[in-house]
Amino acid sequence: MSGTEQNLGQASDRNEAAETMSGAEILIRALTDQGVEVIFGYPGGAVLPIYDALFAQNNIRHILVRQEGGAVHAAEGYARSTGKPGVVLVTSGPGATNAVTGLTDAMMDSIPIVCLTGQVASHLIGNDAFQEADTIGITRPCTKHNYLVKDTDEMGRIVHEAFYVATQGRPGPVVIDLPKDICVNQGHYEKPDLDNLQHKTYRPPTTGKPDQVAEAVKWMAGAKRPIFYTGGGLINSGPEACAKLRELVKLTGYPITSTLMGLGAYPASDQQFLGMLGMHGTYEANNAMHDCDVMICLGARFDDRITGRLDAFSPNSKKIHVDVDPSSINKNISIDLGIIGDVGQVIEQMLAAWKQAGHQPDAAASTEWWTTIQKWRSRDCLAFDQGKDVILPQHAIQRLYELTKERDTYITTEVGQHQMWAAQFYKFEEPNRWMTSGGLGTMGYGLPAAVGVQIAHPESLVVDISGEASFMMNMQEIATAAQYRLPLKVFILNNRWMGMVRQWQELLHGSRYSETYSEALPDFVKLAECFGATGMAMRDPATLDDDILKMLDTDGLVIADVQVAQEENCFPMVPSGAAHNEMIMAGNKDAESPKVTGDGMALV
Amino acid sequence: MSEKPEADPKHTIAVLVDNEPGVLARVVGLFSGRGYNIDSLTVAEVDTRRDRSRINIVTSGNEMIIDQIRAQLERLVPVFNVVDLTEDGPSIERELALIKVVATGENRIEALRVADIFRARAVDSTLGSFVFEVTGDSSKVNAFIDLMEPLGLAEVSRTGVVAIARGADAM
Ligand SMILES: Cc1ncc(C[n+]2csc(CCOP(=O)(O)OP(=O)(O)O)c2C)c(N)n1
Ligand SMILES: [Mg+2]
Repeated sequence: MSGTEQNLGQASDRNEAAETMSGAEILIRALTDQGVEVIFGYPGGAVLPIYDALFAQNNIRHILVRQEGGAVHAAEGYARSTGKPGVVLVTSGPGATNAVTGLTDAMMDSIPIVCLTGQVASHLIGNDAFQEADTIGITRPCTKHNYLVKDTDEMGRIVHEAFYVATQGRPGPVVIDLPKDICVNQGHYEKPDLDNLQHKTYRPPTTGKPDQVAEAVKWMAGAKRPIFYTGGGLINSGPEACAKLRELVKLTGYPITSTLMGLGAYPASDQQFLGMLGMHGTYEANNAMHDCDVMICLGARFDDRITGRLDAFSPNSKKIHVDVDPSSINKNISIDLGIIGDVGQVIEQMLAAWKQAGHQPDAAASTEWWTTIQKWRSRDCLAFDQGKDVILPQHAIQRLYELTKERDTYITTEVGQHQMWAAQFYKFEEPNRWMTSGGLGTMGYGLPAAVGVQIAHPESLVVDISGEASFMMNMQEIATAAQYRLPLKVFILNNRWMGMVRQWQELLHGSRYSETYSEALPDFVKLAECFGATGMAMRDPATLDDDILKMLDTDGLVIADVQVAQEENCFPMVPSGAAHNEMIMAGNKDAESPKVTGDGMALV
Repeated sequence: MSEKPEADPKHTIAVLVDNEPGVLARVVGLFSGRGYNIDSLTVAEVDTRRDRSRINIVTSGNEMIIDQIRAQLERLVPVFNVVDLTEDGPSIERELALIKVVATGENRIEALRVADIFRARAVDSTLGSFVFEVTGDSSKVNAFIDLMEPLGLAEVSRTGVVAIARGADAM
């Protein structure tokens, strides 16, 4: 430990600068020192001292959600759209257990969250006290790390350490469990030198090994059919990393595809972008991934939605994988060259190494590769035929995109078909504009996430592209939006079905639609009105543009009930168990489509 | 002739951790949550001054799984260092067992004789029983237990494997 570096792991010898305050005051002070501006929370007995300390200050704004699950998703939206950690405050017992889904969601999608949970007083822990839950035990597998504060003097150190762990390396959620007595008791706090913190054990990787980077660019330069496969790691690495990615893609002239989580890292409107890959990816992206000879994976993790059947995944390629988390490399797919490091920094190294070696892409091979790709592209796999009678969900999103692309827009989604159509038809040009639940696939994510985004960007347009079933999973957060006068636009693609599940039942279970029809739907227009919001019904393709414009120009919260074709399916689709280049295409006769195998039936 | 598929090789992994509450639960939870085997696990504080504990885990799996286990362990925040002792050069493994044998007459004498061969010590004795202490690698302990079985084996308590790399380098 050098003279200036402060070791997070050691309680520094207290000096005169240390102040004496209650644990709750230390907590708020430490959050303030971390630059926290907003907390999403919900009160209860165990956190009363903290709410008291919040009441007495003006630095941090508290956003009162309507259910703790909403608080975590709101914090995720806040974090994903700003690059800053999201902060959550919930009470013990049911407050903490309600937060578990959001924590798991943040864990899967690597979102930096610090979640403060109340706990019963220290001497009651383990006694089945009122509103006691083993929060540390419950959240251990769904957090990057968690802490129980046992001594008020430790409060400050633990809070700063929690932010460090949540944000450094591969980000993730961190829980701090706060027994009530620890918050009430007096203790000492001193602001550490935040720029020079070092953790006792945790050392996130930064740059990649130079020899590996040199080798990687050599492979890239020698490639005949290269492809960049990019993911959410780029968004986490930051706008700088995305800028460097653009430079690298332009420098090489190679095609690029992205996972659901990575959308926006590279501009979707650019010619070199093949669209999203994976289960509902484009024909050209999946075929290019299958046929490539060098795959450059940057901040993605070879998830099963991407790979399809493992033994058929891109069988003839050499695979380069850059990831900040060593456990992502070789987890599902055998990698030929794994580079551990922050993806932004490694791309920067790649740029330097490529230029230094004087590499040039193979022009002849490149032309041939792009010719092949154009052939796949000309299949126009996302084409749909919007008739006069009923709005197609694809069309609705395409129009929403066309009518909002010039605005300062953020999009969140729920989970289901509408989410996949949003990914396919909404073109993201910048990072941090797209908030969706990828790894966990949490219905009910989008509305609270939109609340978090709008809090962070009060002047921007925030649209939750929703499904009628998902909307109802967290629709209580409409009240939150109403309370803070958030001008969200909730764009419900109402097909009256749990569409994605219905699609699987149609394709895999002989059209036996067991329990997937949305019976007894509320009147969404009236629902909006009863919250003081504006409700709109959209049902005519001819007036859709006007309706969308009206929605956009309406001040305040709007809930749009967009009544879309009920039995539309989302294609292309790689059925589970199939190879990633075996796609069911829209309008295909059954005979041409890949068959769902017995093995595939058992897969999610 | 049908051949049995080869069992996945065993690996002994040493994990140096910060001795904070719950660290063992994290390691055990990682193994159960991700479906890895634990054949044996030992844990004790090994550096009181710096508050460090060492966990020795015997697990099995193919190369990809063992690499994953190692990477997943390294991901845990309070972990300093992970070493695959089986992979990274020669190492020594030891286990200690306390073995209760209830026997009289000829069996009692035979138990003592076998114990002598295995350099097991009788650490408790009554007219009808012994408790033997035996140390060695797991196969030696297993062999001793097998031999005691017909002689009146009544109870076994084993530590699980502790292991360390040979040579001058420290973890
Ligand atoms: C919390 C949760 N429960 C269940 C599911 C399984 N599931 C995935 S999509 C879906 C249907 C979503 O319906 P809707 O919101 O109407 O969207 P659509 O697919 O119709 O666009 C369901 C039930 C899930 N992803 N999340
Ligand atoms: Mg629906």
